Amino acid sequence: MDWQALWLSVKLSSITVLVLIPLSILAGRALAYRQFVGKSWVEALIMVPLVLPPTVIGYYLLVGLGSQSWLGQWLERLTGQQLVFHFSGLVLASVLVNIPFALQPIQRAFEAVPHDVRDAAACCGMSKLKILLKIELPMVWPGVLTAIVLCFSHVLGEFGVVLMMGGNIAGETKTISISIYDSVQAFDFGAAGTMSLVLLLFAITALALTTSLSRRLGGQRGANHR
Amino acid sequence: MAQIIADLHCQIQNHKHIKLSAEFSCKAGEVLAVVGPSGGGKTTLLRMIAGLNHPDMGSIVFGDTSWFDNKSRTALTPQQRHIGYMPQHFGLFPNLTALENVVAGLDHIPKSARVARAKDWLERVNLHGLPDRLPMHLSGGQRQRVALARALAREPSVLLLDEPFSAVDRETRERLYLELARLKEQLLCPVIMVTHDLNEALLLADSMILISQGQMLQQGAPFEVLSRPRNEAVARQMGLRNIFDGEVVFQDSTKDITWLKFGEQLIASDFGKDRSVGSKVRWVIPNQGIRFNAITNGRLCRSFNKLDVTIDSLLVMGESVRVVCYATGTELQLNTEVSLHLAQKLGLTKGMQTTVALKSEQIHILE
Repeated sequence: MDWQALWLSVKLSSITVLVLIPLSILAGRALAYRQFVGKSWVEALIMVPLVLPPTVIGYYLLVGLGSQSWLGQWLERLTGQQLVFHFSGLVLASVLVNIPFALQPIQRAFEAVPHDVRDAAACCGMSKLKILLKIELPMVWPGVLTAIVLCFSHVLGEFGVVLMMGGNIAGETKTISISIYDSVQAFDFGAAGTMSLVLLLFAITALALTTSLSRRLGGQRGANHR
Repeated sequence: MAQIIADLHCQIQNHKHIKLSAEFSCKAGEVLAVVGPSGGGKTTLLRMIAGLNHPDMGSIVFGDTSWFDNKSRTALTPQQRHIGYMPQHFGLFPNLTALENVVAGLDHIPKSARVARAKDWLERVNLHGLPDRLPMHLSGGQRQRVALARALAREPSVLLLDEPFSAVDRETRERLYLELARLKEQLLCPVIMVTHDLNEALLLADSMILISQGQMLQQGAPFEVLSRPRNEAVARQMGLRNIFDGEVVFQDSTKDITWLKFGEQLIASDFGKDRSVGSKVRWVIPNQGIRFNAITNGRLCRSFNKLDVTIDSLLVMGESVRVVCYATGTELQLNTEVSLHLAQKLGLTKGMQTTVALKSEQIHILE
């Protein structure tokens, strides 16, 4: 069992969730309520990581953020370190790849908030921030929690993008998925099996939790419209 | 903050997405019903007054304060307008209790006074002992009352009610009519109530505007709009079905009577405006202007026109009977309603030839 790799994966998942969820709440709310030209294109772009092979995303990130690209050079000058083959690069890649997993449940949850409730809140004199914190977030929390669970578990199991962007540097970019691959390559099936079991149990628990929360969200929608 | 008492004046023109054209005023303490068919622009109008949408052109003025004016680019937010708004499905905050819902609207008074004020309003709308319940544990009528208490407790500049009775059952609705009628006496602000039910307007409103397909067709007291529709479009929107062609035969200015040729008969109308003899007109009479018992009981007087009819069909609808009959010898169809008791007493049956009276004061010539 590669505890260092597990710890790195948990750290990567936690940071990705912390970065992505607040942004997804703001973006999901805007996408749920606002109509604008090109909205379908924006939504399609957000969904791209779901259908594109992770290696392809990893390749574009590697090329786009590498020290040969102008963006990579600019980021290197700004942060003092290169993103590729570094933990910060993994965070950026994980955030980008997991946008649909975070945004989708949150956007759907905001879409389920009835118009009447939002209108009434504005007419009660509440500011937009107060409406978000006091009225909307308590109503969309199952969606937010679903997004957290999905994001966390997806980052934990991420392989293609991580390998392409970060390589396999122990303690820096070697996550648990890569460690499982490494163990198999080294014919250490015992370690690979243990780590796989940990990920399997986590995935089942995460999915059960997500399904249960989705049902709860559905129930709440019904109650709101009764 | 003390409640500001003032009138509301609206002049609204909208062309994008939903066409809407309306100009009206609502005085402080007055209940104005916005009546019209679904999809006619009533809710859009209410949302524009609330500041949830903005019209393309026009102005909305409350007292001396401009809420919206496209010329001066003024557009106050709903928060700045300090209105009381009750949406169609009440818009209660599902995560807050009834009391917390009312407290949420009390941003204009000190925090220490909010709970007491909210409790007082829940009592005033007859919601005793339910302040700690979540909306999902309240009945439709109770939710409606929480929403009303929340809107009223704000001491709003204007109270906006969007189909306030559409989401409750009939029995609850009848009870809530009485409660709103009672509360109405205490209200100091302009009240604008959207409804598609004409009876609600007749029951609760001091004045009404009729909106159809985004156009304001008429403003006036509900009974006046019902009995004196401006034109045929208004008459049809008000559900009047007895609309006929006629010809002006004679006008007696001393008695304010206009004689009309209807089929082969002459009928008198109290319509007073000048019409040239021989001019073709359209006229209308509401259901209640057609009487069965007056003739039968031999009480025909000056204000009634006698008309022989043949009953075509009778439809019993609870305590009333809808009677369709034809003026004898013509294809002119009259629709009327009589109480079930009277229909039985007079022995009205299909195919029966009888005489009805058309009340001359309710015969209205359309523009």
